[in-house]
Amino acid sequence: MKPPTETDILSDSAETGVMENPAVGIDQSAGNFSYKMEYAFDAGTGLSEDTIRYISSVKKEAPWILEFRLKALKKFFSMPMPTHWATKDLENIDFQKIRYYLSQGQKPKRTWDEVPDDIKKTFERLGIPEQERKFLAGVEAQFDSEAAYSNIKEIVSKQGVIFVNSTEGLREHPELFKKFFGKVIPTGDNKFSALNSAVFSGGSFIYVPPGVKVAQPLQAYFRINAENFGQFERTLIIADEGSEVVYMEGCTAPKFSTSTLHSAVVELVALKGAKIQYITVQNWANNVFNLVTKRGIAHEDAEIKWIDCNIGSRLTMKYPGVVLKGERARGEVISIALANDGQHQDTGAKMVHAANNTTSNIVAKSISVGQGRSTYRGVVHIPKHLKGCKNNTECDALLINTNSRTDTYPAISVRGDKNSTQHEASVSKVSEDMIFYMQQRGLTEGQAMSLAVNGFINDLARQFPMEYSVELKRLIDLEMEGSVG
Amino acid sequence: MSQLEIKNLHVSIADKEIVKGLSLTIKGGEVHAIMGPNGTGKSTLSKAIAGHPDYTITSGEVLLDGVSILEKEADERARAGIFLAFQYPSEIPGVSIANFLRAALQARLADGEEIDASGYYKRLYAKMDLLKIDRKFTSRAVNDGFSGGEKKRCEILQMAMLEPKVALMDETDSGLDIDALRIVADGVNTMRGPGLGVLLITHYQRLLDYIVPDYVHVMYDGRIVKSGDKTLAHELEAKGYDWIKKELATAKA
Repeated sequence: MKPPTETDILSDSAETGVMENPAVGIDQSAGNFSYKMEYAFDAGTGLSEDTIRYISSVKKEAPWILEFRLKALKKFFSMPMPTHWATKDLENIDFQKIRYYLSQGQKPKRTWDEVPDDIKKTFERLGIPEQERKFLAGVEAQFDSEAAYSNIKEIVSKQGVIFVNSTEGLREHPELFKKFFGKVIPTGDNKFSALNSAVFSGGSFIYVPPGVKVAQPLQAYFRINAENFGQFERTLIIADEGSEVVYMEGCTAPKFSTSTLHSAVVELVALKGAKIQYITVQNWANNVFNLVTKRGIAHEDAEIKWIDCNIGSRLTMKYPGVVLKGERARGEVISIALANDGQHQDTGAKMVHAANNTTSNIVAKSISVGQGRSTYRGVVHIPKHLKGCKNNTECDALLINTNSRTDTYPAISVRGDKNSTQHEASVSKVSEDMIFYMQQRGLTEGQAMSLAVNGFINDLARQFPMEYSVELKRLIDLEMEGSVG
Repeated sequence: MSQLEIKNLHVSIADKEIVKGLSLTIKGGEVHAIMGPNGTGKSTLSKAIAGHPDYTITSGEVLLDGVSILEKEADERARAGIFLAFQYPSEIPGVSIANFLRAALQARLADGEEIDASGYYKRLYAKMDLLKIDRKFTSRAVNDGFSGGEKKRCEILQMAMLEPKVALMDETDSGLDIDALRIVADGVNTMRGPGLGVLLITHYQRLLDYIVPDYVHVMYDGRIVKSGDKTLAHELEAKGYDWIKKELATAKA
């Protein structure tokens, strides 16, 4: 482990894996490049108390945060892998072979000009500065462990909106964030939330003042550049009374031969009458273990909506949840998962009704291609003493070729007779006749499959901001083109 | 002027020979009707020409404007100008007719070329007006929950937009009431012209009252056994197929 220093060092770097056509936007091939970096801050390989102390000291954290981290580490070591219900593939993660902290410095730049060249080039290839200009209210671009760039449009910051990374958030605004930090998702919620709580770095801290409606989305982009690396961002969004915010995140990593770990914790708090929409378009390379805990608390008349698109990764386990704490709170999870060869998308949703007249809606669509495997796990809980609660759950699976596998594990516990729930599930196949029909109109097999898949998720994709639904369509096109033998 | 030549074609499904040496030439501007009892290979013929993977062409040749299409994939054949109007068109949930046709036309452009959206819609609406199809129709998902008549109308609209050189119409009249039949026939008649050759596959004479063919062929046991003009269809209508079978039996004896 190197000693912490304050200077940001950028080494001479060699470019690897040059693409012929650096497309704007995020697609799997566009994400598949990396730059050789020398990191000024490197916590080394493996996980111990020293790793934690190193991370905390380079971040110059308050003692309570170090305490929080060390406690979490103990928790992490003491908890078993959840392989009694989850896939055994989890056992292939070797926590002592992962690098937990890599960065060029802890202070993100406010302009792209100041961002070190290679990091800037990476994000330019991914189209982030362009998107920022076009339609975003603010951007945070995380490169491995820390945000390299973070900026919010003046018009938004003048409204009192805070949009910073987690390090800065805890340091500059402890009174705001400490109140909710680790409260929506306790450290011991699961083994990976414990791991994140121990080693977290990066992620966004957002506060939207009462009544402020942020007109354009805020976006974070998470980029893994290094091999054998673990990215552990921590995001906390607080929407104060009557406010509204849309947050979008994108993620990519290059394809390495060894596995990479991404394990985030995302906590949302929607206070009375507030609305939070959280949109993810994940496009990890197929060596990434993506094990993420996401949950929000919706107070009275508040609304939290997760839109979660999972394409890529080796294994994704993610079940965004909403705790409906106040009366008339609404929670929604719209989930799209595409599992291609060698991938397992284990996704779903959690809705915990904790007040009267709360409503939740889950629509999950999965597509399994080739050897790809999709699993839906859902939990809906409505206790007996409540009344007027409603849940709607729909799970649809699309299978492309007979080797695909899909499983659905809905757990709906509705007690009492003053609440209602409905659950629908379907499994359909892209038949040979359907593909032939489309081919007969001139579409190639790949184009035909991709159109079938886009049709399958069309009703959900329409709920996205336009730029993201175009992006999603492009991603699916690429995945399907690649899946035709 | 385009020309589709089918030469001594043999087609099998799972090692069972269905089409047993069929020859036929369709020139641009001509409408050929193939009639015949069920199970004589009429539908197999059209699907094999279109390139359905379940159908194996064991021998013979199919040439479009002198070039063999048999080595081409189904989508390449389609782009070369072969259109199959399906007897049972597939449903494509979530994909609107407008988007589907746009993708089909886009697939005909060279890499990097983008279809001009406003030009596309102009053309689409012009074709719909010509075929007397309501504007709302194309925002519906392809064949999803369509009635028999709507499905066939959707096929005709696609044909009008894709402007094939040869249209193979497989039992286009099946399951249609008389009004729907008239709409489909009007559509085909509107498109008739030197640029289009049509192969009408039908079980009944009824369709031929509306789309008057230039030639009528009788298919039996995988071959064309009799050819004539439109009067042949009337003869079949009056006498059924039995006299053809008898004629064949006599000829063989």
